[in-house]
Amino acid sequence: MAQSKIELIPLIEEPQQTLSMHPKKFSLWLFIASVVMIFAAMTSAYIVRQSDGNWLEFDMPPMLWYTSAIILASSGTMHWAYWSAKKDNLGSLKIAMSLTVLLGIAFLVGQYLSWGELVDQKVYFVGNPAGSFMYVLTGLHGAHLISGLVFLLVTLISSFRYKVHGKSLNQIEMCATYWHFLDGLWLYLFLFLLLNH
Amino acid sequence: MATGNDQIYYQEGTEGQHVHEEEHHHGNFITTYIFSTDHKMIAKQYLFTGIMWAFLGGLLSIIFRLQLGFPGMDMSFLKPILGGWINETGNLDPTFYLALVTMHGTIMVFFVLTAGLSGTFSNYLIPLQIGARDMASGFMNMLSYWFFFLASMVMLYSLFIETGPAAGGWVVYPPLSALPQAIPGSGTGMTLWLVAMVFFIVSQLMGGINYISTVINLRTKGMSFSRLPLTIWSFFLTAIIGLLSFPVLFAGALLLVFDRSFGTSFYLSEIYIAGEALPNVGGSPLLYQHLFWFLGHPEVYIVLLPALGITSEVIATNARKPIFGYRAMVGSMIGITILSFVVWAHHMFVSGLNPFLGSIFMFLTLIIAVPSAVKVFNYLTTLWKGNLIFTPAMLFSIGLVSLFISGGLTGIFLGNAAIDIQLHDTYFVVAHFHLVMGSVSFFGLMAGVYHWFPKMYGRMMDNTLGYIHFWATFVGVYLVFFPMHYIGIAGFPRRYYSFTAFDPFNAFVDMNMFISVAAILTFGAQAIFAFNFFYSMFKGKKAPANPWRSNTLEWSTPRFPEHGNWPGAIPMVYRWPYDYSKPDAKEDFIPQYVPFSATPESNLPHEEDTYGIEMEGEETKKMDEPHAK
Repeated sequence: MAQSKIELIPLIEEPQQTLSMHPKKFSLWLFIASVVMIFAAMTSAYIVRQSDGNWLEFDMPPMLWYTSAIILASSGTMHWAYWSAKKDNLGSLKIAMSLTVLLGIAFLVGQYLSWGELVDQKVYFVGNPAGSFMYVLTGLHGAHLISGLVFLLVTLISSFRYKVHGKSLNQIEMCATYWHFLDGLWLYLFLFLLLNH
Repeated sequence: MATGNDQIYYQEGTEGQHVHEEEHHHGNFITTYIFSTDHKMIAKQYLFTGIMWAFLGGLLSIIFRLQLGFPGMDMSFLKPILGGWINETGNLDPTFYLALVTMHGTIMVFFVLTAGLSGTFSNYLIPLQIGARDMASGFMNMLSYWFFFLASMVMLYSLFIETGPAAGGWVVYPPLSALPQAIPGSGTGMTLWLVAMVFFIVSQLMGGINYISTVINLRTKGMSFSRLPLTIWSFFLTAIIGLLSFPVLFAGALLLVFDRSFGTSFYLSEIYIAGEALPNVGGSPLLYQHLFWFLGHPEVYIVLLPALGITSEVIATNARKPIFGYRAMVGSMIGITILSFVVWAHHMFVSGLNPFLGSIFMFLTLIIAVPSAVKVFNYLTTLWKGNLIFTPAMLFSIGLVSLFISGGLTGIFLGNAAIDIQLHDTYFVVAHFHLVMGSVSFFGLMAGVYHWFPKMYGRMMDNTLGYIHFWATFVGVYLVFFPMHYIGIAGFPRRYYSFTAFDPFNAFVDMNMFISVAAILTFGAQAIFAFNFFYSMFKGKKAPANPWRSNTLEWSTPRFPEHGNWPGAIPMVYRWPYDYSKPDAKEDFIPQYVPFSATPESNLPHEEDTYGIEMEGEETKKMDEPHAK
């Protein structure tokens, strides 16, 4: 081999760039995966327990239809906020973000009222697991929704400080991802409860 | 490379600004040693806490081993420590015995072999071996440690309360754990156990999210998945298992909290206790077992995989040979990861599970033998005809392979639903998982500490003390756990305070005594390690840059890497990490940061092509040479 020639040409191969994403967005997806596992465990537990029999039958609180509509609407306003930010339409961004926060709070209030409707049916947290599961699933989702609301509020404050715009979308993208996830999670739970209660 | 570090080829460009950022990062004592966001310091914090817990967990086992080996012995001398738990006649309180067993299991499985092993080495090695400045989120990483610390404090506190710590076994099955009136340990102790575990789960999730995100997103240029060291593969897969299984334990524990504190009936039904009928109707205790073991079984691999990954690295380095079957190793770890989620019910063969389901889970369980055997085969073939260098780390790794075989074989018996009827909850199970899970993970942990100590503290551990520690531990572990198989086959149940009241078990008094003496000696031998560890930290020989002549990136950092790991740009990666004893190479190892173009003498034909193509034009003649084809 021509050893001397190689020393004349100090050419080094260029290693390839590795696959990589935004670490924080990626971490959010991982967090979502772990939340999915909590609810997968809960709903599996629900099915396993239900198959044992001795299961209390009761009507789904009608309020849940309204809250489902509310959270679906909030996903819409969230996306409106995202598009506004992307197009640097900061006025409608603020309106859409505020609306999303309000709808989020309305959803939580609605969920709480649905508990009242359960109590009216004499379905309590303590008692047959059918009722307890109802409270645990809505309550656990509500707890996650509160974390989503905190994230929404932080993003709302940033958007009022003009920190969210077409060139700084990371925060609102992550916020939207999480909020849509919570929306989808609720729709899954609602459908699950409708089919299995 | 003969000249070593000065030949590293660094990555240009964006990294420069990070370096600049790090220069401002001269913290005070608190930000450097306590609330540090540097992955290396967090790893050391995990290691210290893990070592403390290991000694405490071991000590608890010695106390109950005293009772088992010398039934009814006078333990008055322990009164200054245990106080009321030693009764008037000098005997160990039976309820405290249960608490000791429970806490030994909880501490060892979660606090030592999960947090101490994964926490230490995932944190330490992931950024260093993939070529990253730090974790994806240093802050979340710090938070992860402090949640673990909080969990530790709550668990530690529960040891000292009046009703004693949790005592329902480390699996805390309801209804025993759900009813405070059942045993003293199901009172405040159980509440604290659950609180500690919730903090622990939060800590593990934050750690796991960081590990996965870092491995995927922060690899240096050229560090493709097929060039990742097997350590990183194992930490990566461990984190995925944890991320998917710990939330399920969280769900199970949450329902248990509701049953205990709010009066729900998820796990409770028609119970009559202490002359009183409980109002709970409609719960299913089996439900808890499903939820628990959906974590519980993957947890076995959470403690096992990092140990196997560390062993791959240590064995390849010290056998001076490429790891045999790199792809098979990765494939079998992925296989183990997937299978770990579909075998949980083999812990429940005798708990009223549908026998048909039992046979499905038996089948799935036995499949795990395949990837495990592939790994063992590859370890042995890597060792085969290698130029073995018996460092203490290497000895612990070889010991690990031995324990993995002897402990794994009994798993084939236990995985059978029919044989499990006889063996379930006997000392055979105890022997099995202490060998294959406990000891293997512990040996992996030790191999890791001996191997990476020079990088962590810039000094070498003492080899002679390391050898003594290894042989005492290796022989000791077999002396303790091997006889347990026989006791188990004879039907001796786990968690029994006293067996002398049963005639069939009286024959085992001597064997139990033997096990206890061996356990005490083995535990005592760990003092050698503790001395070696702390002494070498300050007085050990100064470590050279690359003491084991290893290929991975961490050895290209300075002796005391600052926060940011590399003073200049991050080295780029050109080859896999196992180029040991490559034919015709100048040295018997070629680090990952050495380009193929710098080693023309040892390149294989396909490697020659990778840079030959770029040199096209200047060096076309070379391509025509016959050997390049």
